[in-house]
Amino acid sequence: MLIGSQTWEFRSKPTIIGAATVVGPEEGDGPLSSTFDHIYDNLEIDEKTWEKAERKLLQHASSLALVHAGISKEQLQFFVCGDLMNQIISATFAARDVGAPYLGVFGACSTSMESLALAAMIVDAGGAKYAMAGTASHNCTVEKQFRYPTEYGSQKPPTAQYTITGSGCAVVASAGSGPRVTHATIGRIQDMGVKDPFNMGAAMAPAAADTIVAHFRDTGRKPEDYDLIVTGDLASVGHAIVKDILSKDGLSIDKTEFNDCGLMIFDRDRQNFVLAGGSGCGCSAVVTYGHILKKMKKGELNRVLVIATGALLSPLSYQQGESIPCIAHAVALEREASSS
Amino acid sequence: MPTKSKSGTRFRLNSISLTEQDYKQIADSHKPKTNIFWNCLKAFLVGGFICFIGQCIQQLFMTFAGMSAKEASSPTVAVLIIISVILTSLGVYDKIAQWAGAGSAVPVTGFANSMCSSAIESKAEGLVLGVGANMFKLAGSVIVFGVVAAFIVGLVHVIFGLGGVH
Repeated sequence: MLIGSQTWEFRSKPTIIGAATVVGPEEGDGPLSSTFDHIYDNLEIDEKTWEKAERKLLQHASSLALVHAGISKEQLQFFVCGDLMNQIISATFAARDVGAPYLGVFGACSTSMESLALAAMIVDAGGAKYAMAGTASHNCTVEKQFRYPTEYGSQKPPTAQYTITGSGCAVVASAGSGPRVTHATIGRIQDMGVKDPFNMGAAMAPAAADTIVAHFRDTGRKPEDYDLIVTGDLASVGHAIVKDILSKDGLSIDKTEFNDCGLMIFDRDRQNFVLAGGSGCGCSAVVTYGHILKKMKKGELNRVLVIATGALLSPLSYQQGESIPCIAHAVALEREASSS
Repeated sequence: MPTKSKSGTRFRLNSISLTEQDYKQIADSHKPKTNIFWNCLKAFLVGGFICFIGQCIQQLFMTFAGMSAKEASSPTVAVLIIISVILTSLGVYDKIAQWAGAGSAVPVTGFANSMCSSAIESKAEGLVLGVGANMFKLAGSVIVFGVVAAFIVGLVHVIFGLGGVH
């Protein structure tokens, strides 16, 4: 049900009964490598085209998530999925294999939490017993579609981010054991006139700040009610901006651990090619469904707020000089045993 | 929430209200500084090194194939292009470029890289609609503006009868 202006409170507390993450070689070389379920040792993901590679990541993660959830394909009732490609082809082509009724969503890199919020909403509303949320991104498909050919030699500024190669899927159920989805705050489009596609962090920061503030206003919670608050893929520049804006606004975000999936997934000193940090809809998905869920299961985290951010630009829109509209969706997760 | 008013879009949270200008200031203060001098120096060194290699190749053609400097220039460019294409295919050129910037983009090797990378990238879409149609995706504008610039220079040359090689 709706609380405040834009937050859903899931009274039945839908449970994430199983999740899976698969990543490419660079992510598998990063600090979170032990939290991923499968690491491909080649960027081609054993496929002939980048598009097929991205699809395979999603197919692999979705089938693995069902295995981890202990349910069959036939039991799955809805699949909510999206990616960054034109016409979200990775999601739809993977959904062909999943076979369940499918809802395609696009929220750029916020797709991870958009799909999870919708899956939880479906389950909470009694629309399904089992619904799966998923997303994927591949460094080279994104480079090819949004920027230059992957082998083209152009110098990227230090504000640029590296799209991660990986996919994360989670099965949300009305009963079972696992971390609970308790709230979702749906973001509004924010556009502060940033036009630089090589500085997405700065473009997305206002959207993240707006959703964070809205979440605390709607739920009446405070930052310290969470053990960890993570933004999706703001990376070093965007994350610093959000911190700055929130402290100027009087929100004591520093009372808890405030991090960013794009900063957590890579060791930026050693993997310096990632520049400002990781991005892509796979980024927040693999960090949340890998690292964060595993830590929650171990009891190291009780409450986590994930705010996935998306830059809703197209190659056409920025070539035509348009600024970048951005969005952020927040999902609150809670460990099973902890009381609300 | 951004609301359109006469003063432009405003970003409002609980207590702050920022205009696009205010936000730009905050965003810029968190932008890592790029060292322009160091970038220029790197570009100069790499660009110069590529030219040095070109000079060596030209000298080799002149010494061992008995070519004149003018005759040797075309095969020299061809060799540089081949080297660039090989480095692009091996996935090395883009890594050099991240360090070198304009140093590896401006010489003929950068032009070859733009064509080769586009061709590799669009291979999946087939020979005609993929490679054929996209090979000049990046290099095309270089050719267009190169031809336009040459035309204008040609006009200036004809009208004013300025010097040049005949």
